[in-house]
Amino acid sequence: MYVLRRLLALVGVLLVSSFLVFAAMYAAPGSPENFLVQGRTVTPEVLAAIRRQYSLDDPFLVRFWNWLTGVLHGDFGQSLTNRQEVGDLLANRLPTTLALVAMAAVLIVVLGVGLGIVAGVRDGVVDKIVVLGSTVGFAVPTFFAALLLMSVFSVWLGWFPVFGSGEGFADRLWHLTLPALALALPSAAVVARITRTAIRDERDSEHAVMAIARGVPSRIVMRRHLVRNSMLPVSTVVGVHIAGLIAGSFVVEYAFTLDGLGTLLVTAVQTKDFAVVQAIAIVLVAGFGIINLLVDLLYAAIDPRVGSRHTA
Amino acid sequence: MKRFVHRMGPLGMVAVGILLLVVLGALSAPLIAPYDPTIGSVTQRYLGPSAAHLLGTDQAGRDIFSRLLWGARSSLIGPLIVVCVTAALGTLIALTSVWWGGAVDSLLSRLLDLLFAFPNLLLAMLAIAVFGPGLLTAAFALAIAYIPYTARVIRSTALRERNLPYVRSPELQGITGPTIAVRHLLPNVAPLIVTGATINFGFAMIELAALSFLGLGVQPPQADWGLMVANGQQSLLKGYPAESILAGLCIVLTVASLGYVGDKLGGRAAAGRKA
Repeated sequence: MYVLRRLLALVGVLLVSSFLVFAAMYAAPGSPENFLVQGRTVTPEVLAAIRRQYSLDDPFLVRFWNWLTGVLHGDFGQSLTNRQEVGDLLANRLPTTLALVAMAAVLIVVLGVGLGIVAGVRDGVVDKIVVLGSTVGFAVPTFFAALLLMSVFSVWLGWFPVFGSGEGFADRLWHLTLPALALALPSAAVVARITRTAIRDERDSEHAVMAIARGVPSRIVMRRHLVRNSMLPVSTVVGVHIAGLIAGSFVVEYAFTLDGLGTLLVTAVQTKDFAVVQAIAIVLVAGFGIINLLVDLLYAAIDPRVGSRHTA
Repeated sequence: MKRFVHRMGPLGMVAVGILLLVVLGALSAPLIAPYDPTIGSVTQRYLGPSAAHLLGTDQAGRDIFSRLLWGARSSLIGPLIVVCVTAALGTLIALTSVWWGGAVDSLLSRLLDLLFAFPNLLLAMLAIAVFGPGLLTAAFALAIAYIPYTARVIRSTALRERNLPYVRSPELQGITGPTIAVRHLLPNVAPLIVTGATINFGFAMIELAALSFLGLGVQPPQADWGLMVANGQQSLLKGYPAESILAGLCIVLTVASLGYVGDKLGGRAAAGRKA
């Protein structure tokens, strides 16, 4: 029930936002046919022909309806700059972005939660280093992290390639390591800090103190009492940050010149290729919504109180 | 003042010091910058640090120190616009929906949910696609994207205050909603607005710098930290890291200081950010 309601809400949001995006592009200053002729002087007949070819003379709602039904059939229209099918462009670019986001998500969980647990359990130098690192790491913009990693590991040490996203699985993994690291760094810093706080809160709680006093082995106290309970606040933060990776990936892709959706969006925005911009915007909003939904479901699975509160 | 120093602690005072330095540098850039930040000389490319060029020159022979000073201006003005617009509109929306409640509240909440559906940078890029690149477009778009965070926090606090006697009794006396909202509700949520703005400033700085890095924010040859990191990328790969590294460090130091001060003031929760 809860899932169904959330899915319906997501569909509603997608419909409204696609309408808003389409309307914004429609209302944008400058007309598409002038862009298509690129400043050459052409006769009014040619302009009219172009307008007909791209059905620019139809009323706004008709155009929106045609576009929407096209999108639902998997047809995103043609790119204005190179006449390619937008759907094909997206399909070519999507794997890189997905791989990048997935790798960064794994890094956030492993690095963030791992370091957070270590800092939460141990006092002293380790803890101090993680706390300081997370304060600074959070303030490092992804593009700057990208440049630093690139200059140290690619240019100086030569361990990783500087550009491109590679062919095949292993090669791709190798190419995407640095970008994923740069993308994950600020989020991992935040997650580490939240985890540390959560672990410390649990460590001082009565059930943990009681367990230690009863002589329960420390490994079991760790696993059953500290980590498990502290995962509640951590999972929301991790979810928010994984959803946030979608936007962050534009910048990292651009810095490493990867052929993902982000670089495609940046060029499309620069060249005012609205067909591409619209399509990517919708895909990203959908991705963002789906990740957020999954996170909420996961949260409900971890904490049964959440789901029941929503359905009540 | 004493209380403020005590609250910040030694590290906090260092952070405040860094922030003051950055603001001072930005304000006095026209007076103390030794060179024009946009004009370089081909014969002066990639110079190391010297008495003439404190931090050396970039690939176009422009003085890096002067560019950092001037860059501080656009790097601060952008987030300032974002924070002011967000605080004003966010507070307006929050107070309106709290005061009237009911249909108005649920309508405004739906609107905020819709804004939440767009990743911040995506919203900014859509606005730039429509209105063309530039700092102002980027800043206003980001401000819109930040509204839901601010509005939610203020709304939840104001909702609690709404039914307290100091708000209820003037209402019974027939004093109009806007007057009560401004005179009584606003002062009670004001600390929250300020703390939220401090935290948002850091976020805005990073995201605006990212937009400039993508070539969609501040346009060359203007000086801006994000743009300098981007410009320096080629030089960095050729072995001249000064421009990128220094501009990047300016961003990191400013944002880290802001984050630290903001945490001391009231924490990220006040900005409505989960993290």
